[in-house]
Amino acid sequence: MTWMRPPADAHPTDTVDLRFVLNGRPVTRSVPAARRLVDLLREDLGLTGTKLGCGIGVCGLCSVLVDGAVMTACLLPVTAIADATVLTIEGLAGPDGELTAVQRAFTEHGGFQCGICTPGQVMAATALLAEDPHPDEGSIRDFLVGNLCRCTGYAGIVASVEAAAADERRS
Amino acid sequence: MKPYAYVEPGTVSGVIEVLVGHAGRAHLLAGGTALVVLLQQGFVEADLVVGLRPRGALAELAGIRREADGGLHLGALTTIRAVERDPRVQAALPALAQAAARVASPRIRNQATLGGLLAHADPAADITPVLLVLDATVEVAGPAGARRLAVADLARDVFETVLGTDELLVGVHVPPVAPSARIASVAFRPRTSEDYATVSVAVRLDRDAGGTVTEARIALGSVAGTAVRARAAEAALIGGQADATAIEAASRLVDEAISPDDDTRGSAAYKGRMARVWTARALAQAAASRDGLAA
Repeated sequence: MTWMRPPADAHPTDTVDLRFVLNGRPVTRSVPAARRLVDLLREDLGLTGTKLGCGIGVCGLCSVLVDGAVMTACLLPVTAIADATVLTIEGLAGPDGELTAVQRAFTEHGGFQCGICTPGQVMAATALLAEDPHPDEGSIRDFLVGNLCRCTGYAGIVASVEAAAADERRS
Repeated sequence: MKPYAYVEPGTVSGVIEVLVGHAGRAHLLAGGTALVVLLQQGFVEADLVVGLRPRGALAELAGIRREADGGLHLGALTTIRAVERDPRVQAALPALAQAAARVASPRIRNQATLGGLLAHADPAADITPVLLVLDATVEVAGPAGARRLAVADLARDVFETVLGTDELLVGVHVPPVAPSARIASVAFRPRTSEDYATVSVAVRLDRDAGGTVTEARIALGSVAGTAVRARAAEAALIGGQADATAIEAASRLVDEAISPDDDTRGSAAYKGRMARVWTARALAQAAASRDGLAA
């Protein structure tokens, strides 16, 4: 354990000067420390693809990737993403609008019904395939357990993730 | 969330200094999965939030290492997901890895930390019973230096610990487990797999060459204000064979250790019955396992 003196500038502030990388682009912004990532994304930056559902970490609508790991934007104060890399649903498609294999699979295999859970499902599925390129159905269901679909369209979602895993065009 | 001031001291001593300077009014933020819910719902009002990010000097609080005694040290900022996926934990303590993998969902486990889980003292956390049967200890830093205490002595009641407002939980130590030990961890979650357990049970059995139980540990979660050891049930097993009759008799004695509440996961009476059933299942699983790395 390091028993160093704290840096001299470590004093409490109500507002933090935040730097992070969002969907591949650097962002610098002064934000209240008590603001949630989901509010920063949706209200301050206009990225409304990330949805806000339960607000207590259960539903998965606000799933985003932070440094590649799927996390819960309603439970992350903005201070948790300082100097980190954040990826939202808006950051998946290529510059020419080309969808990722996961996005294509969701459109082709009935991976959504009303659509409100879809951004979170797609982000979680993207994280799963990055760490386990060929998951079986049990692994898919285990990983997506925190992403609820109240249309109960789970069969289509699982089929979509399986199709994405089998997509040879996946980069 | 109501506005709060934020500081990220970046070192253990810096964190302690801030805690001392704001006696009782500062709240520690690690993964956020507990504190941010409490802040949003108004159960906690914070003047000052002290950020614990595994950056710079605090990076050493995140991670798992083998210690000289053969045990494992798990830093307080190690995520639950890292505990679940660590090859050393999976090899030496599979019951701990399995209990970690049962916590909520992957995206919660990516944020939630082991130190945060213990300091939050939610009696429904089913990692805690596993740490109890493993005789795990925590290392705590404070203004006077570091101290160690048993995980069993950490929680006082629901969401309450013995930690001072000027102390920081910095790590968990799990001592080496005898090769003869059989450990099992089970959780009863009848609704969904990301729900809290109705009851969770961890057990550890040591037997001699003739199969006589020489040591027994039984710990339960979700059925009292803290995770609890069922000592009468443990004592009943010692000196006999861990057969079906003995397991049935011992599991009835968990009643003495628990005090469940009625809630949406069942009535107190139902939880009491399920505590017996799942204790018996955990004991049977441990008794039947062939190697010391049972699960």
